[in-house]
Amino acid sequence: MELFMSLAVGILFAVGVYLILSKSLLRIVLGTSLLTHGVHLLLLTMSRLKAGSAPLLGEGAERYTDPLPQALILTSIVISFGVTSLFFVLAYQTYKKLGTDDMEQLRGQEHE
Amino acid sequence: MNNLVVLPLLFPLCTAIILFFFKEKIRLQRAIAAAGMGATLLACGLLLTQVLRSGTQTLNMGGWMPPYGIVFVADPFAALLAAAATLVSSFCLLYAFGTVGKERERFYFYPFFHLLLAGVNGSFLTGDLFNLFVCFEVMLISSYALIVLGGTKIQLRETIKYVLVNIISSTLFVAAVAYLYGVAGTLNMADLSVKVAAAGQGGILNVIAVFFLVVFSLKAGLFLFFWLPGSYSAPPMAVAALFGALLTKVGLYALVRTFTLIFPNDPAITHAWIGWMAGATMVLGAAGAMAYRRVLSVLNYNIVISIGFIAFGLAVSNRSSLEGVVFYLLHDMAAKALLFLLAGLILQARGTDQAARLGGLIRSQPWIGWMFFTAALAIAGIPPLSGFGGKLLLVKGGLQGDSFVLTAISLASSLIVLYTLIRLFMDVFFGEPKEEPAAAAAAPMRGHVVLAGALCAIVVLMGFGSEWIYQAASAAAGTLSDPSKYIEAVLKEPV
Repeated sequence: MELFMSLAVGILFAVGVYLILSKSLLRIVLGTSLLTHGVHLLLLTMSRLKAGSAPLLGEGAERYTDPLPQALILTSIVISFGVTSLFFVLAYQTYKKLGTDDMEQLRGQEHE
Repeated sequence: MNNLVVLPLLFPLCTAIILFFFKEKIRLQRAIAAAGMGATLLACGLLLTQVLRSGTQTLNMGGWMPPYGIVFVADPFAALLAAAATLVSSFCLLYAFGTVGKERERFYFYPFFHLLLAGVNGSFLTGDLFNLFVCFEVMLISSYALIVLGGTKIQLRETIKYVLVNIISSTLFVAAVAYLYGVAGTLNMADLSVKVAAAGQGGILNVIAVFFLVVFSLKAGLFLFFWLPGSYSAPPMAVAALFGALLTKVGLYALVRTFTLIFPNDPAITHAWIGWMAGATMVLGAAGAMAYRRVLSVLNYNIVISIGFIAFGLAVSNRSSLEGVVFYLLHDMAAKALLFLLAGLILQARGTDQAARLGGLIRSQPWIGWMFFTAALAIAGIPPLSGFGGKLLLVKGGLQGDSFVLTAISLASSLIVLYTLIRLFMDVFFGEPKEEPAAAAAAPMRGHVVLAGALCAIVVLMGFGSEWIYQAASAAAGTLSDPSKYIEAVLKEPV
């Protein structure tokens, strides 16, 4: 199972990086969101995948699932949700104001 | 257990929440923002005196004993930086009154300002690696808002890049945390320090260490600073001053924290990397500072140089260079904020910051001119101003640690800092005015000049009071160079 998860993480990262490297702003935003999905799966996988037992509640438990990664992922999902929506609005505003979504045309240092 | 530890985070957070309710009442917003800032400053000051008097203070959130749960730790280093950051941002806040414009004030400028401060103080005080990520995000998301607020073309263009770079580095941060959790099974920094030292820091742990190095270098602008000069020249001056003084310093703090506490065991790899990155940062920053004639660009590249300078102290990591790191961080926060405030006043007085179009400003604004001169000398490290003590300690540490090349580069970079700032001083303040002031220009308000004067006084006093600051910096470096003190304070059994 860990192997499949690792492959999924790898694919998400590859696709995310590919999209971020493209010129269109919309693809870049989608790329960052795929990248964060990959990282969340990575967090889940790194704590070993175990099924069939509850998170630790008492000290006498023999088998337990580590609850911490899920708390971390939840936090991270909330943050990435907020950031992605901000990024979308930003991209839209940029498109409206500057009339382009091509990163090549957003280069430069000059200040009007 | 000491509830005071969380107040520097809690006060700005609550202030921000209260401020959201008073969108249209600008005067009330200013009053609340100033009051919240005062309370935060008071909390930081109390915390600092307590930490310096009776050692590291901790707070276990929700009563969970470490290594479980989230712990807040105020060791001397964190408390000093939190106090300095709050002090500097209170000056930026006062400068923002009346300079950022009514529109920005109506659209939640002050709430974001306080949220940023909450994130900064939280990053300094947290003792949990994932919580550090969360505080970083609080800080970054508010900085996205502050940098784009106003929505001019240039702001939008630069914000897109800034946001993208930071999203990628945050993603890598989470990945690094995931790997570290997979290897060590904990995220409490003190516990990590114990576990990493016990496991012997080789192989996979070194890879993770370099991962963290890349992440924090992107945030701090250490070598990976390509995003910095553009982004920091987009927002209004009060925000640029805040960013220049605080944001990169938080990245540097994270670097210092991780590489003195968690990964100090294999300096031949990690610290050598930091050393070369610091050297390259200083050289490239110096090249950039010499290449530009715009006030803001020169200042931005001066930020880059000082990042390299501080990282050089971390690369050497002996006692006196760590003292230098702390001292120089404190000085640099105040002095960079002062320079940016003065640049803002120049911009107000003339409507442009192209050095080629300025000149002769000393006649109408002698105070601004001589304060700029003082700040330039302080940043270059001329005694008895505030930069000297830190530079002396860093150079001494570098020579003791036998890294002669880096020491030479850092001294040469100081010369270039002096050259670029004095050249700017000559261009802007002396000679004949090259053209009439722009239509938007107006003499800066006296209050703002007095404000810059107060900050300038702090910079000068930090120089004359070096002895006192040295004692505090020395206490901070004591905890940094001996992780067992930090670990003991966090993991001790409650009494």
